[in-house]
Amino acid sequence: MTKPQTATTFEPLTTLTATVAAIPGPNVDTDQIIPARFLKKDRSLGYGQFLFHDTRFDDAGNQKPHPLNTAKDQTPKVLMVDENFGCGSSREGAVYALADYGIRALVGTTFGDIFHNNCFKNGVLPVRLEATDHARLMQWVATLTSPADITVDLVQCEVRWDKDCAKFTVDDFWRECLIKGLDELSLTLSHTQDIDTFESQYQSRFPWLVANKA
Amino acid sequence: MTHSLFHKIWTPHAVIARQHGPSLLYIDRHIVHEGSFHAFNQLRTRNLSLRQPAQVFGVPDHYVPTTGRRAKDAATAEIGKMITQFDHNMIWGGIPHFPLSDQRQGIVHVVGPEQGITLPGMTLVCSDSHTSTHGALGAIAFGIGQSESMHVMATQTLWQIKPRVMRIRVDGTLGLGVSAKDIILAIIAKIGAAGAVGYAIEYAGSAIMALDMDGRLTVCNMSIEAGARLGMIAPDDTVYAYLHDKPQAPKGPLWDKALAHWKTLRTDDEAHFDREVTLDARDVKPMVTWGTSPDAGCGIDEVVPDPADLKDAQARASAQQALDYMGLLPGTRLTDIAIDHVFIGSCTNSRLGDLRDAARVLKGRQAKVPGIVVPGSGLIKAQAEAEGLDKIFTEAGLQWRSAGCSMCAAMNGDIGKPGERIASTSNRNFMGRQGPGTRTHLMSPAMAAAAAVNGKLTDVRTLLGAHA
Repeated sequence: MTKPQTATTFEPLTTLTATVAAIPGPNVDTDQIIPARFLKKDRSLGYGQFLFHDTRFDDAGNQKPHPLNTAKDQTPKVLMVDENFGCGSSREGAVYALADYGIRALVGTTFGDIFHNNCFKNGVLPVRLEATDHARLMQWVATLTSPADITVDLVQCEVRWDKDCAKFTVDDFWRECLIKGLDELSLTLSHTQDIDTFESQYQSRFPWLVANKA
Repeated sequence: MTHSLFHKIWTPHAVIARQHGPSLLYIDRHIVHEGSFHAFNQLRTRNLSLRQPAQVFGVPDHYVPTTGRRAKDAATAEIGKMITQFDHNMIWGGIPHFPLSDQRQGIVHVVGPEQGITLPGMTLVCSDSHTSTHGALGAIAFGIGQSESMHVMATQTLWQIKPRVMRIRVDGTLGLGVSAKDIILAIIAKIGAAGAVGYAIEYAGSAIMALDMDGRLTVCNMSIEAGARLGMIAPDDTVYAYLHDKPQAPKGPLWDKALAHWKTLRTDDEAHFDREVTLDARDVKPMVTWGTSPDAGCGIDEVVPDPADLKDAQARASAQQALDYMGLLPGTRLTDIAIDHVFIGSCTNSRLGDLRDAARVLKGRQAKVPGIVVPGSGLIKAQAEAEGLDKIFTEAGLQWRSAGCSMCAAMNGDIGKPGERIASTSNRNFMGRQGPGTRTHLMSPAMAAAAAVNGKLTDVRTLLGAHA
């Protein structure tokens, strides 16, 4: 039997200095990040082309005014976003689109809960800044007249821009996964014996939950 | 030590409990659908198999045609392939499932409770954000992504950070023409689309406990529209009576044993909540949304709000963008907004009680606009037909379809045209949700039926003979 492959394919993320773009406005939902009709596409096609599709392109496929269209050849790797980014549908395709486009970090205040979890499985860091820090950084990005870099440092847990910086917190568990470029499956499989023990005790405690075999 | 309902379910499911960061949580049931194909592809790529296939259940809903019951009835060959691919994945995984041709097929969040797959005290997940629906039976039920779905299939567990808990109490009696949908739309309008991010919601209070199962499922369904990954209601006699004869509910001595446990699943009187919200049921009016986020809603007797009244510049810009998209002017009376189409269905509002509510309004009346009525499952469809509800809908001029997500997810080809304004009983009014350029107004089944009758947004109370 072939050994289960537990490592994921994303690149480890430690310190990233890269071009930033801003997607302003609260409650940007996952339907906007990737419209439903693209979700049946095979992942191997690359989902980056679908990112913000209906706000980036018109029916004929021409570019509409959009922060990612004005970025020209400076493809951003960091997106500044607002409150509750990634709310709505659980579609992981939204994160596939961001990751395949090349986005490695999102800098916001709060994120949709399911989207937030999905980010970590795909090597995308969702940074939750304090509202005042976020407002300061957003204001700086708004004044930019040409593409500029910011630094997202997962080792020091801080974002640096211009001559400014802001600290953020991220749970150590997910932080370590990103730094190593792993998802948590290998860790879980190392606990298989714990799960076995738990499961048998659990099933004798709650016998009505034991599923009938198909 | 006092505990909330949420903690009483979470704690016995922790395989590895950590004080900080995520705990490893045991998952009792996992529901999958056609959209779960990424998770199956990940399993195969990584040479993994299912740990407990009998604890997984599959039913196709997102991509299924509502005009036929075969994959070849799908709107396009590419959509049809999603259904055959689902069948292959079920066979590959040895997973119990209802194929499209099975009369018990329906929307995942309708079929789970209807079959007794969902039980009080459970942890249940599905790669769909409206999995919060199942919390109405007193379960921890939440939506997950494809990678998490893969992880559950391989290990029957998930690493999850324990959310904070919020209690929303709704006390008092609902007025005529006001339903569970209006309660949840009013809650979302009050706390905002991000109001419950990071929280598990427990709904309580006399108005919640007075709801039947269909109503409770509607309330918990839209927890995600307030930002909460899960919503729940303590199980009581309403739940036990509902579950008692369900095919997959425990039977005989196992039922008695389960029931004794379920009766312990209530929040202790002194239990701590991180946030408490209250709402008076008497203040809840028939609700309708005017914007492109589910929190952009108000009573049907109000007007389209003016973005200029908002202090925050960003909020002003967002509200203006929403009105531009919706093609609405500030100050317009909501009841003056003409609609082009009606959709009655979705995991929020496609159960028998919802169809009865809509039929009560439509009986003996004609719809001025086209529309479709899509029951939540084949069993609901059969029951509705036994009651003659299908005749009421078709005689009013609406189409009576077969079960699926249809125009809510708008993935199966049931979509509106660009610019079309849709009175919809679904859960999301996002830009382009019901097809590129479509404009969605969310409301209850009775309100959608009233909108159909008048061809414009309508206060259903005027059709029920109870003027506000």
